[in-house]
Amino acid sequence: MNKALTAAERVAIARHPQRPNISDYISALFTDFFEQRGDRLSGEDASVLGGVALYHGRPVTVIGTRKGKDLEENLLCRFGMPNPEGYRKALRLMRQAEKFRRPVITFIDTGGAYPGLEAEERGQGEAIARNLLEMSRLRVPVVSIITGEGNSGGALALGVANRVLMLENAVYAILSPEGFAAILWKDAKRHEEASELMKLTAADLQELGVVDEIILEPGGGAHLARSITFRQVDEALSRNLNQLSKVKNLAAARYQKFRQMGTAAPRKENP
Amino acid sequence: MSGIFAKRRARLLAMKALRERYVPPEDAVSCPQCGQDSSHRAVAQNLHTCPLCGHHFPVGAYYRLGITLDHGSFRELYPKLTSQDPLSFPGYREKLENARRTTGLNEAAVTAVGTIDGRRCVAGVLDSRFLLGSMSAAVGEKLTLTIEYAERSRLPLILFSASGGARMQEGILSLMQMAKTSAALDRLDRRGLLYISVLTDPTTGGVTASFASLGDVVLAEPGALIGFAGPRVIQQTIGETLPEGFQRAEFQMEHGFVDAVVPRQQMRDTLSRLLRLHEKGGG
Repeated sequence: MNKALTAAERVAIARHPQRPNISDYISALFTDFFEQRGDRLSGEDASVLGGVALYHGRPVTVIGTRKGKDLEENLLCRFGMPNPEGYRKALRLMRQAEKFRRPVITFIDTGGAYPGLEAEERGQGEAIARNLLEMSRLRVPVVSIITGEGNSGGALALGVANRVLMLENAVYAILSPEGFAAILWKDAKRHEEASELMKLTAADLQELGVVDEIILEPGGGAHLARSITFRQVDEALSRNLNQLSKVKNLAAARYQKFRQMGTAAPRKENP
Repeated sequence: MSGIFAKRRARLLAMKALRERYVPPEDAVSCPQCGQDSSHRAVAQNLHTCPLCGHHFPVGAYYRLGITLDHGSFRELYPKLTSQDPLSFPGYREKLENARRTTGLNEAAVTAVGTIDGRRCVAGVLDSRFLLGSMSAAVGEKLTLTIEYAERSRLPLILFSASGGARMQEGILSLMQMAKTSAALDRLDRRGLLYISVLTDPTTGGVTASFASLGDVVLAEPGALIGFAGPRVIQQTIGETLPEGFQRAEFQMEHGFVDAVVPRQQMRDTLSRLLRLHEKGGG
């Protein structure tokens, strides 16, 4: 572990432009990926990528927020910040996963839900809320991996999982440190100070019982040795999926996992 | 016997509601909508709406329960739950202490069981005077316990929201309450029980993106600001001024996210009617 890194340094690594994105993980870990588009209600949102693929020969539904590789791609997917259509597409794919009894794997790397005029008109809040409710009751295994930034309800909307895994330098928080500092101290420039207080690192979150497992990264960050990163993620993912295939009532287990959050002393282990 | 307790409960609720009043009756209250002054008494007689233009002023949780539930039927649920400062956030304990002192509340949510026109129901209210009605772990826990109480007792649930969203000082644990409350509502839903969500000014952030948006029936008070992202953030994102009425209750109804905009004077009757319409075998 890179113990010496500060929370603010991890935020910078989590946002590194060369950090592997959802497309990288899909091509490294899955085969035969078939992308599915559209929410079947009003549109398609490129900031959520999803479809069906094979994982070690087994069909799975894979969904993730998409940050672009260059400016053009980033404009298309709003730097990985979904509109309601993105969340509704994700929900559509998760319902299908349940129908076809395949596990759901989500990759989370988002600055949050997009705070736009049209997103509000089309019910950003409702779209996220609906995902939280429906994810909680899925009868198939759900594993979420926070690979970069996991900010706000926009991240949680893909994160109500049986197992929440997190890369060592990823961050998961109620909002960006800049937003946090702006709200609390009316000064976005105090974001580094905010990062330290927010308990947003993988180690902090594991202690709070929000994250089940930390996936170690190569020194300096996932982007410096991608193949090692992919191997680590693959190992953790397949092990957790195997464990979950033995759990009888996945929806009840998931409910209990989230039910105990923020009650008394957080538990580290999760059945 | 039960009459004595009912009377005592009614008195207690009236006293708690009284504590929430922050203006003497003769003082003038200036309406932020029409800019006119009215006496506080006139505003209070109008259920804290402007007698001239109908603007809805925010009200406290006990007052809200007082004008919603039948006289003497109120029984508070889980009154002692309060934030434990789970992240040991600097300055948070003082903030909580201050909020408790100025509002007389233990937390931003008050929940109760009672009746409306004789029909039993569970009701909860977020109080925007307590740290902007923000969702702490204790608020999430209280709401979840209340939802579970409704499920166990097979009672309909009514939640009045008024919230700035997450409780910043509780960070990720605040975020997790969105999943917890939504999952509890799923269980209520599958039991075939009614959930009415009433959106009041303001309902934003994580509260909009969880339980507030999940009602079988969603009502809103006139003019209430309802949205996920705050107007200021959106304005910064798009770099232009927002249209008139953006994110208001009427806008949300137009866009399909609210069943009806209901003035405070008609709220109790509307809720009563909805409870009657959802009784087993019809009214």
